[in-house]
Amino acid sequence: MLLIDCPHCGPRAEIEFRCGGEAHIARPASPEETSDAAWRDYLYLRRSPKGLHLERWNHIHGCQRWFNVARDTVSDEILAVYPMGSPPPDLGRT
Amino acid sequence: MQRYSIVSLARNALTGHRNWPQAWRSPEPRPEYDIVIIGAGGHGLGTAYYLAKEHGITNVAVIEKGWLGGGNTGRNTTIIRSNYLYDESAAIYDHSVRLWEGLSAELNYNVMFSQRGVMMLAHNTHDVQVLKRHIHANRLNGVDNEWLTPEAAQAFCPPLSIDRHARYPVVGAALQRRGGTARHDAVAWGYARGADARGVDIIQNCPVTGIRREGDRVVGVETAKGFIAARRVGVVTAGSTPVVMGMAGVRMPLESYPLQALVSEPVKPVFPCVVMSNSVHAYISQSDKGELVIGAGTDQYVSYSQRGGIQILEHTLEAILELFPMFSRMAMLRQWGGIVDVTPDRSPIIGKTPVEGLFVNCGWGTGGFKATTGSAHVFAHTLATGEPHKINAPFTLDRFRTGRLIDEAAAAAVAH
Repeated sequence: MLLIDCPHCGPRAEIEFRCGGEAHIARPASPEETSDAAWRDYLYLRRSPKGLHLERWNHIHGCQRWFNVARDTVSDEILAVYPMGSPPPDLGRT
Repeated sequence: MQRYSIVSLARNALTGHRNWPQAWRSPEPRPEYDIVIIGAGGHGLGTAYYLAKEHGITNVAVIEKGWLGGGNTGRNTTIIRSNYLYDESAAIYDHSVRLWEGLSAELNYNVMFSQRGVMMLAHNTHDVQVLKRHIHANRLNGVDNEWLTPEAAQAFCPPLSIDRHARYPVVGAALQRRGGTARHDAVAWGYARGADARGVDIIQNCPVTGIRREGDRVVGVETAKGFIAARRVGVVTAGSTPVVMGMAGVRMPLESYPLQALVSEPVKPVFPCVVMSNSVHAYISQSDKGELVIGAGTDQYVSYSQRGGIQILEHTLEAILELFPMFSRMAMLRQWGGIVDVTPDRSPIIGKTPVEGLFVNCGWGTGGFKATTGSAHVFAHTLATGEPHKINAPFTLDRFRTGRLIDEAAAAAVAH
């Protein structure tokens, strides 16, 4: 189980959180002009990387607020926690 | 290949079983193959077997980064069933069950396929409606499935508690009698032996490090043992598929999660069938060795850690004990995780990719073992002919663009 450092509530057990999946996926700006392939990219294609993963979490059984997490998907180590809307921090790796 | 029989067993008994030949070779890779399959799990080895047997294509290599059958093939809970809701799913999973039924004889290898029945429990009105809908849909597709009252369910599986005052009372069950279990390792070994005997090279301990393209066409794979040219490449790498397809520059509609299972200490035969419950999330059977085999859920985040969180196990065991209070004193012996690649619609992807000559068989998520036979069979057809078999034709990668999804997400037996 992960120990997640909620930016508002401090470190709490993973069972208090809901993972919201990959972060930084922007909805197509003009839906009526978006091709099927671009919709597929937005809706379904995911990086699922072996290594650094940027993902959204919600402290659903706490403050109920969203935030971003940078995590290594091999060690499950949480590398950084940063606010929604911010670009990912420079962790010196891809 | 030495055929296994009572005669060969008796003959080798006379020499103390010291002279059995190896079941397959460990060859060095040749510089070039007609078809290279990445991943020597059940699906990959089965694909090689059917390529050789049904299509006469034997210039084939199966390349494996670890040992064959060491991934999800050796980590699953061995459950086999075909009671899926949609026509496309019923077709491929029942194709698989029919192949399972003849597999031991076909491979001359005992895969210990045991049609002991898979029973799915209903705990409330919604469950009853969903399971009955499944039963009707299955029967229209020629897949056996029948409704049981709680008393009939208990008669079929005596350890089951049907206490009406339980927190999740059993109000009925759907039973697929043709469902059951098989020995998962034996499936990989049997296919490996059969493929090897027909000339397929199985190359273990050889990670694929790259997929070489010339323009929109695949020309081979980079491996720890050097470049291997291939006219066609089949990627059958389960949880590693996003990484492997990334080597070819193809993004996939997949996310990989850890999925856990655990076994108890071995005990005498006590549990006659497979029982699954969607509502409380539990599935359990007893192996021929005597261990209770219990499947848990996936973690909620992408990971390649092959571990999984302890709270997931706790949740599953709570559910098991709710249904089977008699197991409350059993000691659990081992727990492990595998990495499963999950598609948005929880149906597999079997077919072409945007790269010519590159094919993929992936996205089996939490339930690929049962389909090992059928998946391998239709994927061999796809690799041999370049076009999908009619059974895997709906399971394209392109369905995520067209929107023609096969949405088994809520229809699978256990929601992960």
